[in-house]
Amino acid sequence: MTPFATNLVLAFVWAILNGGIGLPSLITGFILGYGVIFILQPLYKDSRYCSMLFDGVKLILFFIWELIVSSLSVTWDVLTPVQKSKPALIAVPLSAKTDAEVTVLANLVSLTPGSLSVDITEDRSHLLVHAMFVDDPEAFKMEIKNGMEKRVLEAMR
Amino acid sequence: MNDSIVSIFILSGGFFAAIAGLGLVRLPDVLIRMHASTKAGTLGVGLIVLGVSIHFATSLVIAKAILIISFMLLTAPVAAHLIGRAAYRRGTPLWDRTLMDDAAMKNNSTKKPQR
Repeated sequence: MTPFATNLVLAFVWAILNGGIGLPSLITGFILGYGVIFILQPLYKDSRYCSMLFDGVKLILFFIWELIVSSLSVTWDVLTPVQKSKPALIAVPLSAKTDAEVTVLANLVSLTPGSLSVDITEDRSHLLVHAMFVDDPEAFKMEIKNGMEKRVLEAMR
Repeated sequence: MNDSIVSIFILSGGFFAAIAGLGLVRLPDVLIRMHASTKAGTLGVGLIVLGVSIHFATSLVIAKAILIISFMLLTAPVAAHLIGRAAYRRGTPLWDRTLMDDAAMKNNSTKKPQR
């Protein structure tokens, strides 16, 4: 049984033992079940279910932090007469091939505050990205290729 | 105490929303304006909704607040992408300090942007 199915069963068991299947008892059961599976981690060696929660929380915190930082720099640019932004349009070479991979990657780039995917070549070899604060275009390309694209390809292949 | 936290959230949310609107007028070109309206706008709405859910603090309001924030995060970048793509394909002039590294686009694309 996969860890997720186990977790669902544990949630149901908790809810029924608590006398009634409702949303609050199901959620409590799910959280407690996650704790149980976390303790039993050695049984699920080949599954990423346990680390998924931490990875997700890390990603959300990183995302909120980026959103706040880039909002503050935009605010500074709007309010002061000096424009200190260094915008750039950069064609990033793609290793992603299928429609799904390219879509997920382009959406991730757009979702990350500070960069916006603008266009893609007809042969899908390059993704055109507009970023607001770029000091070194090559470093920016490597950041997208080694950070986001690698993660997307690992998740989807 | 609770009231002051709520008002800090809502006032700073309003501040960022106003910045997003002002940015649409102040910033130099289309793509940078898209950055301003998506980022500062999303943060503004997020802070206001957070303040409201702290104020009411019922599960229904919190569930709706989570929905509002996640849909804002999902839809704003897509809209910005489409507007930016339309501007790029039409060949809208960009700010003269923009670093252009789009040679690959011009060579490979069959639909060349007209400049």
